Amino acid sequence: MDLSAINPVLLIASLMVAATPLLLAAIGELVVEKSGVLNLGVEGMMITGAIAGFAVAVESGSPLLGFVAAAIAGAALSVLFAILTQFAQANQVASGLSLTLFGLGLSALLGQSYVGVKPPQMGDIHIPVLSDLPVVGPILFGHDIILYFGIVLTAAVWWVLKYSRLGLVLRAVGENHDAAHALGYKVLKIRLMAIMFGGACAGLGGAYISLIRVPQWTEGMTAGIGWIALALVVFASWKPWRALLGAYLFGGVTVVQLNLQAAGVAIPVEYLAMSPYLITIIVLVILSADKSSAPASLGRNFHASR
Amino acid sequence: MIRLEKRPQPSRAWSMATPLVAVLATMLFGGLLFAALGKPPVEAIRTIFWEPLFGEFSFYYRPQLLVKGAPLVLIAIGLSLGFRAGIWNIGAEGQYIMGAIFGAGAGLAFYPLEAFYIFPIMVIAGAFGGWLWAMIPAVLKTRFGTNEILVSLMLVYVAEQFLASVSLGLLKNPEGFGFPGSRNLQSWDAAHNAELIAGTGMHWGVVAALIAVIFAYVLLNRHMTGYHIRLTGEAPRAAKFAGVNPTRLVLFCLGTSGALAGLAGMFEVSGPSGQISIDFNVGYGFTAIIVAFLGRLHPVGILLAGGLMALTYIGGDIAQSNLQLPAAAIQVFQGMLLFFLLAFDLLTNFRIAIGKPEVA
Repeated sequence: MDLSAINPVLLIASLMVAATPLLLAAIGELVVEKSGVLNLGVEGMMITGAIAGFAVAVESGSPLLGFVAAAIAGAALSVLFAILTQFAQANQVASGLSLTLFGLGLSALLGQSYVGVKPPQMGDIHIPVLSDLPVVGPILFGHDIILYFGIVLTAAVWWVLKYSRLGLVLRAVGENHDAAHALGYKVLKIRLMAIMFGGACAGLGGAYISLIRVPQWTEGMTAGIGWIALALVVFASWKPWRALLGAYLFGGVTVVQLNLQAAGVAIPVEYLAMSPYLITIIVLVILSADKSSAPASLGRNFHASR
Repeated sequence: MIRLEKRPQPSRAWSMATPLVAVLATMLFGGLLFAALGKPPVEAIRTIFWEPLFGEFSFYYRPQLLVKGAPLVLIAIGLSLGFRAGIWNIGAEGQYIMGAIFGAGAGLAFYPLEAFYIFPIMVIAGAFGGWLWAMIPAVLKTRFGTNEILVSLMLVYVAEQFLASVSLGLLKNPEGFGFPGSRNLQSWDAAHNAELIAGTGMHWGVVAALIAVIFAYVLLNRHMTGYHIRLTGEAPRAAKFAGVNPTRLVLFCLGTSGALAGLAGMFEVSGPSGQISIDFNVGYGFTAIIVAFLGRLHPVGILLAGGLMALTYIGGDIAQSNLQLPAAAIQVFQGMLLFFLLAFDLLTNFRIAIGKPEVA
């Protein structure tokens, strides 16, 4: 065992990379839940985004195009969920599960010919002087553009939810859909938009795993990150900045665990690999005492009787 | 203008018909999917639904129907109890794994003894393993209000890692030439869950599944706990006034489904699969969710749905070897089924009305 092989600067830099897929998916789901919808299909949308982004990036040679395709694929899959829950009034838990099961199958089917293929590389940004700074450079100024997009998205969602009219309407729909409907807001339309936004974000997160974090395609490669993102929303008490904090925390656990595996710590690999899931459970337990910040209409379907 | 009108009572006729409509729709869209993959759609559908039952080699495939159907029914029966009460155990896959590990572990502790009591001990240990794993989300939910969906699912990944760990370590076959995986229980009579009638696929797991169906039917229709489960699902507020103890209900539903999933895992490891290995679990715990919904959360329905789902597994295998249909296509097919089922369920609770609504 050689802990000195772990470089703290690289550790923090790779922590940010590990956190980004979680952050993207969690921010999307946060908006969905703020509108009063519980979409448990995050894992399915992520893995679909992962393969869609991977396939398009490989075929076109452009990772950016891949990310666009991943967002579209995630949003498209989420429309299925929206049809089930918003139009067909199906149970949200069951519909979300079906989305995950379907997405896992679909991605495995689409991904068959991409196993073992190397995707085009997404370059890291390079700002003269700043990126070359010791310590600060690789941590703050040496990442790919999607990672920064995730942080900007967090800020944007925070601002929209807190200060814009759109955010106010979205929250109203999530807190009390009957009152929002009575005020003349189109509850189903707003929820559809939120669900699609969530799907696009989950798709982006998935593609980040297959194009940047790993980067290659293997079946079921999201390995529960979509579910951890769902837990993260609870952890964040539906607040965007806390979601960022949480994502970095979980990213940190993952990276430290991987580094310990590489350093050959005496703990068996399997037990280290369990740790992110166990920590998720522990965090959920600690935070689940306070449910006051959850949107009041969360998980309840809306049907306008008149 | 097309509107949805809520029915005063859910339609019984549609409630029975939606699974059939969903299966037909899945066949149709599945056919389109297979055509898109460049496979002959009609032949693919025929291979999946006809070949295992009445085809040339059906004498081989029919027993498989019981072998694949038993774990699905066993797990789905347990899940349906919770689902009816709004208690969502979606970690049956993890409980299935733990049941297999506990069952096989308890048996292997006696190796190479030949005694009649080894198999019953394994059955109890298997059920206990699944129950224990399900008690984690149950206790956390009742004590701290933690979401059982996320906890039970996280525990699937933990169980998978644990499975890898024991098949490389604790339960590894000492005479296995270093390969991962436990001793093969099929070659040890005391622990082998053998066919009860040769050539039928009928093993103890099938018996257990049938008993579970009867047990669940009686429970739901003739027993107070079953009544409480139904009441909690259909009218949570009324259940509260009627004095239903939610803590007991959560512990009962999660515990029962965990124990049944554990049993399924134990019967699988001692019978058809034979050994604990890294890739022992094949997703029965997740497919059982589809089975539970397809069977309308009703014990008899689940029995039929389990048979149908087993058919798609076997037919899928045949289509894979005969038509080179990818295995993942069957997974998509099964996922599609749940989609259509949920979508068509609309017709149970709503009526589609054409024309302008009357002015109240």
